[in-house]
Amino acid sequence: MQRIGVFVCHCGTNIAATVDVKAVAEALSHEPGVVISQDYQYMCSESGQNLVKDAIKEHKLTGVVVCSCSPRMHENTFRKAAASVGLNPYLVEIANIREQCSWIHKDIATATDKAVILGKAAVAKVHLNAPLTAGESPVAKRALVIGGGIAGIQTALDIAEAGFDVDIVEKKSTIGGKMAQIDKTFPTLDCAACILTPKMVEASQNEHITIHSFSEVSEVKGFVGNFTVTIKKKARYVDEVKCTGCGACVEKCPMKKVPNEFNEGLDNRHAVYIPFAQAVPKVATIDPNYCMMLKNGKCGICSKVCTAGAIDYKQQDRFIEQKYGAIIVATGFNPINLDKYDEFAYNQCPDVVTSLELERLMNAAGPNGGTLLRPSDKTHPHTIVFVQCVGSRCDDEKGKPYCSKICCMYTAKHAMLIREKYPDTEVYVFYIDVRTPGKNFDEFYRRAVEQYNVHYIKGMVGKVTPKSDGKIDVQASDLLSNEQLHINADMVVLAAAIEPDKTARPLATMLTTQMDTNDFFTEAHPKLRPVESATAGIFLSGACQGPKDIPETVAQASAAAAKAIGLLVKNSITCNPCVAHSDELLCNGCSSCEKVCPYGAITYQDKEFRMPDRTTAIRRVASVNPAVCQGCGACTVACPSGAMDLNGFSNSQIMAEVDAICK
Amino acid sequence: MQVNDNNFQPVIVAFCCNWCSYAGADLSGTNRLNYPTNVKIIRVPCSCRVNPMFILRAFQKGADGVIICGCHPGDCHYTSGNYYTRRRITLLYSMLDFLGIERNRTRLEWVSAAEGAKFAATMQQFTEDVRKLGPNRRLEDLRCRKQ
Repeated sequence: MQRIGVFVCHCGTNIAATVDVKAVAEALSHEPGVVISQDYQYMCSESGQNLVKDAIKEHKLTGVVVCSCSPRMHENTFRKAAASVGLNPYLVEIANIREQCSWIHKDIATATDKAVILGKAAVAKVHLNAPLTAGESPVAKRALVIGGGIAGIQTALDIAEAGFDVDIVEKKSTIGGKMAQIDKTFPTLDCAACILTPKMVEASQNEHITIHSFSEVSEVKGFVGNFTVTIKKKARYVDEVKCTGCGACVEKCPMKKVPNEFNEGLDNRHAVYIPFAQAVPKVATIDPNYCMMLKNGKCGICSKVCTAGAIDYKQQDRFIEQKYGAIIVATGFNPINLDKYDEFAYNQCPDVVTSLELERLMNAAGPNGGTLLRPSDKTHPHTIVFVQCVGSRCDDEKGKPYCSKICCMYTAKHAMLIREKYPDTEVYVFYIDVRTPGKNFDEFYRRAVEQYNVHYIKGMVGKVTPKSDGKIDVQASDLLSNEQLHINADMVVLAAAIEPDKTARPLATMLTTQMDTNDFFTEAHPKLRPVESATAGIFLSGACQGPKDIPETVAQASAAAAKAIGLLVKNSITCNPCVAHSDELLCNGCSSCEKVCPYGAITYQDKEFRMPDRTTAIRRVASVNPAVCQGCGACTVACPSGAMDLNGFSNSQIMAEVDAICK
Repeated sequence: MQVNDNNFQPVIVAFCCNWCSYAGADLSGTNRLNYPTNVKIIRVPCSCRVNPMFILRAFQKGADGVIICGCHPGDCHYTSGNYYTRRRITLLYSMLDFLGIERNRTRLEWVSAAEGAKFAATMQQFTEDVRKLGPNRRLEDLRCRKQ
């Protein structure tokens, strides 16, 4: 026989003002199984909790119903109180008579009636509650960082610093990301490579960090503390261990006409390549789309010149499986494709470049060795026009609705660097607004205008037309003087909007994390949990969560690392006991539940059963892995024989609530 | 059957998923947004936990309307639960048609944790719609009827 205690809270006047709490307690005291029904001013206060605890002990209660605020608020409080006096915490039910009754209704009579019905439904449910025990699940002491840009490197270094093993998975053949391509950084104008490459080396030399370059995440299984990830190490046709990075193969490779991605296609590389001098790992990679040996078996020069014997034309993609406790996403960004922007003649004229291309043109390690020359005729440009917000803050389908955040600052940087190095070059910047929120950012922009005489013009560029004499006509309007302008430019630089990397969307599906409409990862709370995803154990680092500059990226990377470390130091985490379970005697092994399970928590086993005629038979039955099950209940509805049920929200419990409400 | 009885108080069962809609209902409470007392909420982990059997049971036991609220498509805490719900409810509609129960007595709505106002407005509208339909007689077990 159940012995149920009902405790009705006044919540000061929050509940008591519109619900007659004494009448509720009185009405519920007549429900079957209820042995005590009390009301109290503040049930969540210490004395209120003691009231509940004393009643549990005194009346040997087998179930507790608290009529109070939302279970999202105080369910845990009362569960803990019950557990402290030896009652299983899952024998406590909350009837929400504040958020879903007293706060939304004004009439005392009808609100009280509703509160009684909600209380009755909770009593009916608690009759069928079973004591549940939360399992413990061990935490794998290893973290996975997806993406090897500055965000991923910083996160990995911080986690390694705390003494945990970290793996970085980078899809390109070297870590470094976008920052490796950048020439100088704002607002200090220090050299990007000078601050990034030591960090890359530090990551490669750290005993806790393993770098999987030229690799991808191909499968993610499991849950917080216990992810199993399959990493695909793509064939690079060079043995990573044997290769010394001497570059002899690159030098001798006859296939020299491959567009160089690292220089944004502004020059060419060989079919076997090392992206840049400071690449980490410094290992050559053979591009199978261009290598003549791999395409038609004719060449093989690189294997002849390689003294280390590292070239392996027969290398295959390899898959490695590893367990991780935490996963940090640092997939970063890319500039958008400008194919749809015909008005800027990006595809027609080589002297119309994106800002990232300009970074390479100005970089000492770039195609021109740091001298700014026009890509078309290698002459020095005398007039350069910068166009801001190309695809950013755009309300049509071509572009992005958001502000890309970094363009105003890097354009000021470019303008300043050009004016510094080539004072004879006139620089025009067309902008909608100049946005400079950041430490020393506005001072930096004003220096560009005042000290370096960069012409900032408020207005959008309407059309860019390449002319036959090699010059470019830039047609624009000056919004402040309301004049139409024509500028005879030598080069045009487009500040293309940035968007999340294309690999982010399939990755989000694998990780069961959420994304916004622009494919940026969604944080668990925009203000209070900015580096966690809503999926436990998955953290966000850098521009994959939204446009960011380098200092912000590094700050978020370290924050994500701190959160991941907080998880990794635990030896085990408590599991949710409200998971599905299958009644083996009812299960007919049809696989309906397995197909709908989003977590792959259901497997099948052949089990021996004793039949009524004393023979034994082997039957295929479902079994749920309680550590993997998240308790959504999809399987319980799919099960045709009713074998599958959910702890804490069982068929009979929900039905009892339905009955109590409809009665 | 149209009944113009303004005193008719329909019994409405609302199934709300724990992550979005139940939080949305709490938010409409926090913002003191009024909706009729007829609506009684049952908390479920995910809208996909709602077995169509529960809906039929509610109609059998005397409910006049049943509403299921879940996360918006693509926002399910369990990734795909609300898609299952959407399919199941579509199938249930054809069964309800067969049984002769008005379609409008069952509704599926997406309410996020931020949509307290939408929750209150939806409940108000649904209660009005069910009130216009009048009491549910078709599947009601007469033994359950209130005297």
